[in-house]
Amino acid sequence: MAPDLVQRLNTLAKALIPALLTAFLVVFVVVPLRAPEVAPLVPALGVVAVYYWSVFRPDLMPAWLIFLLGLFQDLLTAAPLGTGLLALVAIYFLVASQRRIFVNASFLLLWVVFALFAALALTLAWLAGSLLVGSWGDARLLLLQYALTVGVYPCLAWLFGRTQQLLL
Amino acid sequence: MIQFPEDVLPKRSGTVARLTSPVRALVQRFGFLLLIAATIATLALGKADTLLVERARIMVVDSMAPVVALLSEPVQGVEQAMTGLRELAEVRQINESLRAENERLMAWHHKARQLEAENTRLRQLLNLPPDPGARYVSARVIGDNSGAFARSVLVAAGTEDGTAEGHVALSGEGLAGRVVEAGERAARVMLITDISSRIPVSVGLTGERAVMAGDNSAQPRVLYLPPGHQVAPGDRVVTSGHGGVFPPDIPVGVVAAVSEQSVRLRPYVDWTRLDYLRLVDYDLPGLIAPLTDGQAAADE
Repeated sequence: MAPDLVQRLNTLAKALIPALLTAFLVVFVVVPLRAPEVAPLVPALGVVAVYYWSVFRPDLMPAWLIFLLGLFQDLLTAAPLGTGLLALVAIYFLVASQRRIFVNASFLLLWVVFALFAALALTLAWLAGSLLVGSWGDARLLLLQYALTVGVYPCLAWLFGRTQQLLL
Repeated sequence: MIQFPEDVLPKRSGTVARLTSPVRALVQRFGFLLLIAATIATLALGKADTLLVERARIMVVDSMAPVVALLSEPVQGVEQAMTGLRELAEVRQINESLRAENERLMAWHHKARQLEAENTRLRQLLNLPPDPGARYVSARVIGDNSGAFARSVLVAAGTEDGTAEGHVALSGEGLAGRVVEAGERAARVMLITDISSRIPVSVGLTGERAVMAGDNSAQPRVLYLPPGHQVAPGDRVVTSGHGGVFPPDIPVGVVAAVSEQSVRLRPYVDWTRLDYLRLVDYDLPGLIAPLTDGQAAADE
C-alpha cells in the first residue's frame, strides 16, 4: 500500500508542475526589474506558459486551472479584473480549436503560431481593459509588451521543454 | 528538444485519451462554455463590485508579499552590481560633483538649523502649538504593477507596521503616490502617474491652483489652470492641500512643457530608482468624511 501511495503522490506532484511553473511566472511579472532603459514592462509570461502547456500537455492545463491562474494574475497585478484572464482564455481557446496545426509542428511553426495567437489574445485583453477603464490604454505599451512576449518565447519554450523531459 | 505529447504521455492519460471522442468533445465543449461564462462574469464583477475585488486583491497581495520580496532580492542584487559597474567608470567625476553638492548642502543645512531655531523661538513667543507630528514608515518596494492600464507598486509594509489606506508615499525627491490598499504585510501604492490619480496642486511662485492628472505616461498633465495663467516651464509644483488627501507644500515636480492644449509636469521622483518609499501618516482627521465623498464622486 505504501509504495502505491508514494507513486500516486509522485504522479500528482508531476501533474502539478505546469500549474506551479505558470503561477511562478505570473508572480515573477510583478517583481520590479527597474531597468526602464531596457524594458519598462515585462512580457506576458502567463500567456507563454499557457500556450506551451496547452499545446504539449493539455491534460495538465485544464479549463478550471486557466481560470484560477488568470484570476490570480489579475488580482496580483493592478490590471482591470478579468483582462489578463481573458488573454489566457483566448490562448487556450485558440490552441484547442486549431489542434491539428500542432501535430508534428516544428519549433519555428510553433513560434509563428504563438506570435499570431499572442497578438489576438493581447489585443483582446487590451480592448477589454480600455472598455472597462473608459479610456484607451497606451497602444505603444501594448506593442512593446507583445514584442517582448514573442521575443521571450524561445527561452521559455526551451525551459519548459527541459522541464518536460526531466520531470514529466 | 520539443517532443510531441504522444511521446511523453504517461499511461494514466493514455487511458483517458482512449475514451470515445464524442463524449470527450462534449465534456470539452461544456468546459469551454463554462470557462467563457466565468471569464465574462469576472469582467463584470470587476466593474460592479469594487469592494469585494479590493478585498480579494489585498488578500492575494498579502499572501504573495513574502514570495515577491524573496524574488525581488536577487533582481535587486544584480541591478545594484550593474549600477556599481557603470558608476565605477565615472567615479572620479561623481566624487567631484558630490563634493560640490555637499558644500552647497552644508550651507543649506546651517541655514535650516538657524531657521528652525528661529521658528521655535517665534512660535514660543506666539504661543502656537507645534505642528502635528507625522508618523512614517519606510518600506522597500517589492513589486511593480505597471502595465498598459495602471501605475502602482507594492511595498513591504502593511497594517502590522502602521500603514493604512490614504497614507502618503514619498521618495527622497518628492511625492510618489498614495496607499490605496493595505494588507497586513504589504500595501499597494498608486503612483501619481496612474490614470486615475488626481491631485490638487499649486503651480509656480504665484501658486496657481490646478489639478495634476496622471495618464499613465511619465509626465502627468496639469488641468484646470485659470485662464490667462502665467505658468512657464521650470515652475515648481507642490501639493496645495485642497481636498485633504495630501498636506500642502509637498514637492511634486516642475512644469516640463506648456502648450495651447496642455501643461505637462516632470515629477521629481526618479522612477528608475524607486527602491524605498516613506509612507507618511499626516493624520488629517477633520477631513476624512468630505474626503471619502470626494473620492466616491471622483470614481464615478
